[in-house]
Amino acid sequence: MTVADVPVEPLHRRLGVTDDELQAIRDRLGGRDPNDLELAMFSVMWSEHCSYKSSRALLRTLPTEGAGVVAGPGENAGVISIGDGLAVAFKIESHNHPSAVEPYQGAATGVGGILRDIFTMGARPIAVLDALRFGDPADARTRHLVDGVVRGVGGYGNCVGVPTVGGELVFDPSYAGNPLVNVMAIGLLREGLLTLASAPGPGNLVVLYGSATGRDGIGGASVLASATFTDDDPSKRPSVQVGDPFAEKLLIEASLELIERGLVEGLQDLGAGGITCATSETADRAGTGILVDLDAIPRREPGLEPFEVMISESQERMCAAVRPDQWPAILEVCQRWGLPAAIIGRVTDDGDITVVAGGLDADGRPAEGSREIARIPARALTSDAIVHARVATPPAHRRGAPAPGAPAAVSDRLPERGMDPGAVLLALLGSANLSSRRAVYRQYDSTVGADTVAGPGRGAAVLRVRGTRKALVATTDGNQAVGAIDPWLGAALSVAEATRNVSITGARPLGVTNCLNYGDPTRPDAYWQLSEGVRGLADACRALGLPVTGGNVSLYNESSGGRIAPTPEIGVVGLLDDISTLTEPAFAQTGDTIVLVGDATPGLAGSAYAALAGVTTEDDPPDLDLAREAAVQVFIREAIERGLVASAQDVSGGGLAVALAECAIWGELGATIRLAHVASPAVGLFGESPSRLVVTARPAHAAALVLLARQNGLPVEPIGSVGGDRLVIEATAAAAIGAAEDRGGRVADTLEVPLRDLQHAWEHGLARSLGWEG
Amino acid sequence: MTSFRFAVNVTPKPGILDPQGRAVEGSLGHLGITGVSAVRVGRRVELTVDAVDEAAARAVVDQLARELLSNPLIEAYDIEPIGGASSTTSALAGEG
Amino acid sequence: MPVRIGVVVFPGSNCDRDTIHALDLAGAEPVVLWHEQASLEGVAAVILPGGFAYGDYLRAGVIARFSPIMRAVAAFAGDGGLVLGICNGFQVLAEAGLVPGALLRNQSLRFAGREVAIAAERVDTAFTHALEVRRPLRMPVAHGEGCYYADEAALDALERARQVIFRYVDATGMDAQPGNPANPNGSLRAIAGVINATGNVAGLMPHPERAAEAILGSEDGMGILRSLVESAARAAGQTSPLEAAAR
Repeated sequence: MTVADVPVEPLHRRLGVTDDELQAIRDRLGGRDPNDLELAMFSVMWSEHCSYKSSRALLRTLPTEGAGVVAGPGENAGVISIGDGLAVAFKIESHNHPSAVEPYQGAATGVGGILRDIFTMGARPIAVLDALRFGDPADARTRHLVDGVVRGVGGYGNCVGVPTVGGELVFDPSYAGNPLVNVMAIGLLREGLLTLASAPGPGNLVVLYGSATGRDGIGGASVLASATFTDDDPSKRPSVQVGDPFAEKLLIEASLELIERGLVEGLQDLGAGGITCATSETADRAGTGILVDLDAIPRREPGLEPFEVMISESQERMCAAVRPDQWPAILEVCQRWGLPAAIIGRVTDDGDITVVAGGLDADGRPAEGSREIARIPARALTSDAIVHARVATPPAHRRGAPAPGAPAAVSDRLPERGMDPGAVLLALLGSANLSSRRAVYRQYDSTVGADTVAGPGRGAAVLRVRGTRKALVATTDGNQAVGAIDPWLGAALSVAEATRNVSITGARPLGVTNCLNYGDPTRPDAYWQLSEGVRGLADACRALGLPVTGGNVSLYNESSGGRIAPTPEIGVVGLLDDISTLTEPAFAQTGDTIVLVGDATPGLAGSAYAALAGVTTEDDPPDLDLAREAAVQVFIREAIERGLVASAQDVSGGGLAVALAECAIWGELGATIRLAHVASPAVGLFGESPSRLVVTARPAHAAALVLLARQNGLPVEPIGSVGGDRLVIEATAAAAIGAAEDRGGRVADTLEVPLRDLQHAWEHGLARSLGWEG
Repeated sequence: MTSFRFAVNVTPKPGILDPQGRAVEGSLGHLGITGVSAVRVGRRVELTVDAVDEAAARAVVDQLARELLSNPLIEAYDIEPIGGASSTTSALAGEG
Repeated sequence: MPVRIGVVVFPGSNCDRDTIHALDLAGAEPVVLWHEQASLEGVAAVILPGGFAYGDYLRAGVIARFSPIMRAVAAFAGDGGLVLGICNGFQVLAEAGLVPGALLRNQSLRFAGREVAIAAERVDTAFTHALEVRRPLRMPVAHGEGCYYADEAALDALERARQVIFRYVDATGMDAQPGNPANPNGSLRAIAGVINATGNVAGLMPHPERAAEAILGSEDGMGILRSLVESAARAAGQTSPLEAAAR
């Protein structure tokens, strides 16, 4: 048997295109076969990451309309009006798989990519939030990833001059083989400058500016490299995408200047899918076509093949549709900022993406002797890309949340085993997931821009809007622990918590962006998780009256080691009309009355306490009543507006005891708390039932605060007061029985921990978990 | 045992974007310098290795270079013997 | 008429807009000076703002210091003109030899983005006359290469000549030597800012322009900027904002 007789897999399969997809491609090309270059373009545009072929049908079920929404899903970022002629642009995106390969560059280019989505619309980026998720913090590989990703986020964000003001750092065993790096960016724009990713006007020129094109990001398609490719030729191998934040800073200034001066008709940033994606998307949106001349594209190195140029993911590049008479001005702007710029083609009216080699004339038409090497209808690559109907199969045994009012049938370890609730609290505060993130966010610049009012460390991030009395409030949240048990509930809880974190500052949530991180959609149980997650996201947004303005889907987050827990990472931006009403979570003054709003419903599954202390397999996660959640948020915003609130914190990870401890640590003030009617101390102290707040008020305002809560139909109870140098929590039952009777009516040992012990546990937990101390 | 001194020169792999090199190249105009191109910026690590012979020493350096001093995904390296090698005899090696 | 203060913008500077805003608040008229310009447009003082000029590639400040504008800045400084370098601007001045010493990588090898306290060692300079000696000033640092270094002999000479103008201090008000958590980068002798021998060029690593408004957490940086604005007004023979306010 000779070498030639060895059967080789068909090219399309080696590029990740299935046989069905190949037929669908032929259908869109009028029945003919695609050539190799066209196949490479399809393989990239029809990849899950670019086409959303497994999730598109689900995403259509999300609510996207809302007052003030100027741009929604389908655009580079969501844009919502905030008055004063301004609008906020925001979006969250993932860069998971590249970060597993090369954590620094994966994270860095993740930041770069999401920033481009913001300023390509005419918005100046003003903040970044990074949501990072890893496996066991004691594991060497995890530590290597954490170190690289944090340095990458900082290395890029700090240099480009956008403050990193918030985010998450979550450890969960399910992320061991698949770390998650989700980055949210926010920008501010003057409404008149909104620029869309569209290529209108046949006859207009297509300009590429920014960094030159190299081999970055060419992975599977490298099978197309020409026959001379050998293992010994390193220049032909797939290249890791390397980010250049300095180039990005120049790109930001040049792009905003081009937009402010009205020099571009449409602008698109280049990310996944490179030039192929940018041209096909902008043409499709405008209903036009684009002719691209391969030879006109500035290269970083010689010898690039056509497919490499067309699908390269070299960073820091932008593609603009411009009127021919504007070209000299555009060139001057780019040159002043030190950015290469070239006319690479023109807008046509034939609806196709046409690639030629051999040059263009001055009008951007193919020069004498140039030849056409690819022609694909733009919509075939984008809006008419294949959509797969995946199969969703729920698991055989499904958990449900206990019905409201059901007796607490949970394992109640605290009194039986005499576990000291103070010790449990310190363990939770010092745990990898609940402790202070200062060791990480200290590596970020959170104040560049001189607009940061509240940076990382406590609650939502707050940025003042210069020239107005307003402030923007932002946060990210994602509940994977409950998501693993009940994907609908995990998603709904994530939305509830993120929006609640915004509402407790006094700000009104404006909209939601989401990064849906799930497993392999060709596996029915994973696809079921995704569909349930989208359903939970939709239900929660509808209940809270909020539009989903866009986001990102990251699938295939699984490996031989397992699949990640369903992780819907939710980003929320809110508006505070008057920054003087900004409310913080820290205890404010000795003597303030502490009020608990909401019910502690049973269920410990998915809680930090359960992860620490273990619960029985029969336990369930707590119930979420979306109407109650909406009411709680309306209440707290109104209470703040009326000046009744001294501080407000929500109850989430670690439950009420942790929420109170955080308020005490941050305010450097203790508290004495008495909880009545506690059926189960574990649930009462550490349960994470949602829609609950810890609110403090000056004693003179307490009665009005309680009345307002009741008027909003909310359970509410004063539970104690601020003061002292320790946190004291007594849990009592209405009718003491058994062991509780012996303790004088208390159902658990009194929790009593000095403030400095709480502080110490909270401050050092993360560094200790990661081995960063000493 | 003998001491051998090596330098490991780590540079960005061909084809990988080198932002530093590009920035340096772009700034040459300000110094009024022309005719300089293809600037790549890397780093140099110098070290002394004790081994029985040069081949063994080089093997140690190669391992270090691969596993610690360079990031094989984006960097290439070469190993350069540099002066300063000295011969030390060790009683344990049984040499006279 | 407000005194005109130049803010140099290099490719990669990212604190220029913040500095311009703070100068507005301080009663000055900020003037953007693009790095390619040969002229300082007759400003009364110059600020080199923070950021990552040229990405901090090769060494922080080393490429920027060859920008055309720096020739004009050096000449201006040589004539006694007032120049203040903040963070990256301090690095540029050090690379250009306009202030003594060098800024090395933070001892921790990590970027430091947090609040620090610094204290003015002397209040008889153009940059500190509106401050109180040794009163702690809270403001953010944000840098990866802020460790001030000079050899022992040079440091002793600096101290003798009273060229150290700011030091990092801890909660008790004591100098925060390397190793003290209140020293964010390992700077020798807790040095946060220095001045040149003729007293007209100064640099500091912390960001006064990010601590110029109460809403941002601290107004302690305003004193440094106001000192510069006042000094510049006097140098230009203009009425200073303080004097104008007093009338």
